[in-house]
Amino acid sequence: MAIPKVCGIETEYGISVRGTAVNPVVSSTLLINSYLGKYQQTIGWDFQDEHPGTDARGFSLDDVLDPDIEMHLVNRVLTNGARYYVDHAHPEISTPECRTVNEVVLYDRAADEIIRRSMKSANEILPSGSELVIYKNNSDGKGNSYGCHENYLMSRATPFGRLVSEITPHFVTRQIFCGAGKVGCELISMNDGDVPFQISQRADFFEEEVGLETTLKRPIVNTRDEPHCDPTKYRRLHVIVGDSNMSEIATFLKVGTTAIVLSMIEDGVLNHLPFIANPVSAIRQVSHDPSLKETILLSNGSRATALEVQWSLFEAAQKYAMTHDLESVNAESGEQVLAEWELVLNGLESDIDSVANVVDWVAKYRIIEGYARRHSLAPGDVRLKAIDIQYHDLRIDRSLASRAGLRTLIEPDSAVHAMVEPPTTTRAYFRGKCLQKWPDNIVAANWDSLVFDLGLDSLVRVPMMEPLRGTRELTESLLNECSTPAELIDRLAGAAQDL
Amino acid sequence: MALVGYGASMAERIRKHKATPENRDMSKSNDSVIAANGDKLKAELDDLLDEIDSVLESNAEDFVKSYVQKGGQ
Repeated sequence: MAIPKVCGIETEYGISVRGTAVNPVVSSTLLINSYLGKYQQTIGWDFQDEHPGTDARGFSLDDVLDPDIEMHLVNRVLTNGARYYVDHAHPEISTPECRTVNEVVLYDRAADEIIRRSMKSANEILPSGSELVIYKNNSDGKGNSYGCHENYLMSRATPFGRLVSEITPHFVTRQIFCGAGKVGCELISMNDGDVPFQISQRADFFEEEVGLETTLKRPIVNTRDEPHCDPTKYRRLHVIVGDSNMSEIATFLKVGTTAIVLSMIEDGVLNHLPFIANPVSAIRQVSHDPSLKETILLSNGSRATALEVQWSLFEAAQKYAMTHDLESVNAESGEQVLAEWELVLNGLESDIDSVANVVDWVAKYRIIEGYARRHSLAPGDVRLKAIDIQYHDLRIDRSLASRAGLRTLIEPDSAVHAMVEPPTTTRAYFRGKCLQKWPDNIVAANWDSLVFDLGLDSLVRVPMMEPLRGTRELTESLLNECSTPAELIDRLAGAAQDL
Repeated sequence: MALVGYGASMAERIRKHKATPENRDMSKSNDSVIAANGDKLKAELDDLLDEIDSVLESNAEDFVKSYVQKGGQ
């Protein structure tokens, strides 16, 4: 059976400062530090187990890669189990590990709220006349892209080669409901006249089918093999092909459908479907066709629209829910994903406008088209590009997404709660709760460990190699019973158990 | 329900999704949800377009030109 699809999202945000010349590393640092100083008790990140150069195909580039992670930059762990840091001159938040797709959406929303408060506190520090603004998008429209990555826990036993070929059709076509839309095109060979509007922010930036890179020659399937948990049992599929979503339901669909497709791959039920013949050209072809009418070439020589590929995946998932179950993604969440998936495919097929309350690219496209019509603007007009960027503005009073009538899943109060409280059903619970309780005794943290300073000669490292341990069920009473971290360490040693 | 490859014709697939008794009710409610959404969204779009100029950055040219990011992951 497919293993639980523990999952999370990492978002790199666009950052700009008006009125003052500041380099983006400095402004990102200001953004994060002003938030931490004002709102949160945090601890530093522990780099001991970071190996971003290890390749899922069985070799390591750690020694030859440029240092991918700037270790001197701000890098903190929050009490909700998330990580907030500066990466490649962008502020970035990684959600804590989540057991359900609903929780991923919740913690993605919490991340947006953290950014909003960060903007507010940073702007209180900046001189008057300047303003720092954050955008949740993936491109500046000038050939520079920054990512929104997803992570899914996978069984090490699933052959990686099969995983690559069977997930690629989903990665090429899921953009029809989770693309965030873009005015114009950033391929050197094309101009805005060729592609006035496209479905995905990111599709122009993918040049390989599979590979380790994340900043150039980006691959549709990324091979970074850094599980952050027991590597003999698990891998973490690091997905770099998606767009950041403003729509909560789009995030829900992006993560939910992918978790189900990955479960089907683990259970070996997807091998009846053809592959995509040329994934790199196909992902662009799909993105460049908002009519959804174009067909892409399949490995068996036939052709299909992206919608047809999605219907086939949906039908396979519907059958999978009956023959197996959806417990790997949580049965209740899984049923909700199937319902939303069917609804959005039906809407895209019968009347694209009808999904403007769910699908970001459709919501944006309607605003762009409506504005162009009212003001008789030519395709690619700079005002349309401004609307594109402003759709993703995280200031509520300036955001166009917040005025687009998008359906929501998360109560605002829950998002605020999730800024500081961890999810309860993964090891993020133990991380977050220890940090709430003993911030002065924890000197560093990572996804898979906590390092305590008990005032002794050496530090004590608590490994957390199982993403589904350290939950509320397993550790709440232990944490309540221990009044000091030394007591906790003793109890853990006495029980001879890793978390 | 037999699974089809990606090449299934649209007509064939629509029949599979909409004609079986067990999912007919679901399809009907989906269709009416879609239609109701359409009207509501049209009205909301008109409202948004009426007020959008007060929200948009005042100098689109400068705004777009100065939005430059370093490449990330």
